[in-house]
Amino acid sequence: MGKMSYRDAIRSALREALRDDPRVFLMGEDVGRYGGSFKVTYGLLEEFGPERVRDTPLSENTFLGAGIGAALGGMRPVVEIMTVNFSLLALDQIVNNAATLRHMSGGQLSVPLVVRMTTGGGRQLAAQHSHSLEGWFAHIPGIKIVVPAVAADARGLVLAALRDPDPVFIFEHATLYPVEGEVDEQAGPAEIGRALVRREGDAVSLITYGGTLGKTLQAADELAVGGIEAEVVDLRSLRPLDTETVLASVARTHRAVVVDEGWRTCSFAAEVSARIMEGGFYSLDAPVARVCSAEVPMPYAKHMEDAALPQVPAIVSAVKGLLTDHG
Amino acid sequence: MIIDRRDVSHGPMLLRQMLLIRRFEEKAAELYTLGKIRGFLHLYIGEEAVAVGAMQALTAEDRIVATYREHGQALARGIPAGALMAEMYGKANGCSRGHGGSMHFFDAARRFYGGHAIVGGGLPVAVGLGLADRLRSLASITACFFGDGAVAEGEFHESLNLAALWTLPVLFLCENNLYAMGTELTRHQAQPDIRRKADAYAMPSEAVDGMDVLAVEEAARRAADHVRKGRGPFLLELRTYRFRAHSTADPELYRTREEVAEWRQRDPIALFTARLRAAGTLTPEALTALEASVEAEIDEAVRVAEAGPWEPVEDLTRDVYTTPWAR
Repeated sequence: MGKMSYRDAIRSALREALRDDPRVFLMGEDVGRYGGSFKVTYGLLEEFGPERVRDTPLSENTFLGAGIGAALGGMRPVVEIMTVNFSLLALDQIVNNAATLRHMSGGQLSVPLVVRMTTGGGRQLAAQHSHSLEGWFAHIPGIKIVVPAVAADARGLVLAALRDPDPVFIFEHATLYPVEGEVDEQAGPAEIGRALVRREGDAVSLITYGGTLGKTLQAADELAVGGIEAEVVDLRSLRPLDTETVLASVARTHRAVVVDEGWRTCSFAAEVSARIMEGGFYSLDAPVARVCSAEVPMPYAKHMEDAALPQVPAIVSAVKGLLTDHG
Repeated sequence: MIIDRRDVSHGPMLLRQMLLIRRFEEKAAELYTLGKIRGFLHLYIGEEAVAVGAMQALTAEDRIVATYREHGQALARGIPAGALMAEMYGKANGCSRGHGGSMHFFDAARRFYGGHAIVGGGLPVAVGLGLADRLRSLASITACFFGDGAVAEGEFHESLNLAALWTLPVLFLCENNLYAMGTELTRHQAQPDIRRKADAYAMPSEAVDGMDVLAVEEAARRAADHVRKGRGPFLLELRTYRFRAHSTADPELYRTREEVAEWRQRDPIALFTARLRAAGTLTPEALTALEASVEAEIDEAVRVAEAGPWEPVEDLTRDVYTTPWAR
């Protein structure tokens, strides 16, 4: 065990995979000579050479599709899309090919493709570089969506994705890259589709993932000062979604707040809320609450961006609202 | 390999393949009107020389990516007509277990990677298959069929660029039938000489008469030879014409009957039959026998489709993922 940043944890997994499996290769914009736009792949070109760490043109749809083809051809490609915003240019290949080929071919084809991309706001990058669209992708059967929130998961879920026979999309919240956590480099892959209780409590379940886990834990600490013990569930994977762990937590606390950086309407939080209603309705003492992003294109100015994103006070206030109005 | 165009000893085999495609599709159109086949049905009639000629240049190890107008390629590749007909019936013994229908034929064993119904969507996949073969040092090449409509898509340009940039073993086969559904080439391309678009990617190219099966075969062998020698991709434009409507839903308001009649004068099957007769390679008796054997094969295909079982509804979500998850 040792302290390692989220960024270094991903690199550790990629390096291990490149070292152990000759089928693994990386491709994406500036993953090689530039060292990765978020420095995740820094040094891997020098270590593994240009055949296995491939800089691509700015052709998201085509290099994502080439990843699909290479996976069909027996390789284990790891495609990096610089940010989720650019993944919109690759939606045809993601939705029409990666997600469909296995079923559409009657089970003949497998697409063991790993796609990594940065997601989320909070860095004053304005409306075209701040999306949180992982909830959109989670709508699509045929692909898996994982959302590591801590360094150990970043490593474990990359390793898990590389062992998965189906396309796995890893959403890495950009604000997490420098955040350090305990990482065991001897640990193997994490389990895709299993949520974890990050903090135990009995007053309310705070359900979140990825970039908002930190804020949610902070809110739980603030609530604890006032004597409210919140349980925090980290989903870790949006598809498959570990409904069982969510419902088990709600059965203990009888209240739920879902925190999600996506826009509120049709957010992933809406899906979690619906599952709680379907499977945990009679254990609820209050309606499920949601803390999501304001429904605006992300503004550049710091104070406005802060106001648009889910923040600790909003989470605290949502919990207090549940307890006061439905105490 | 340069073939002697005066040598037509394998002519009856080519003619039989073209005739098989023609009769298969005529039968499919008939079955469509009877309601045995539903969905979209895009007929290849008139373009048979393209699939049959081009397929002669490929080995069993080579890979094929095709479009939603792929009956011809699938038959020329040797996928049994019964498996294709059953697929169009939606039966479980179809080549995609009834999941794909007319637009999505797959046969992994014959390295037939679909049946892609988003125009241009197959090109990136073909690039990736080529990349896998390159990285695995395999000798196979990938043949990618697409139409003139695809040339307007970004994926066409991105794919040609990437394949050329990385010197990948991909043979791009543009079936130029002059119409992107109802939009004539000159109404959607500022430069309608498709072959010349390869120049922008430093890729060699050639245009050939797609109504002449031997001309197609010769050009395809030349192009495949270039790709096989590791010299990178090649764009071969096959100038052809679809005699039937775009699909069963098309009232054909965009072209004149005279134009269609004129092209029908260049029917690849009629022309080649006459040529073989003139060369003495095909006696009237041999032609009659050949036609009878094609008819028998089509009858058998319909029998296979009629007799095929329906996939049990319980299997609906099978193969969305390799293994379903419990949670």
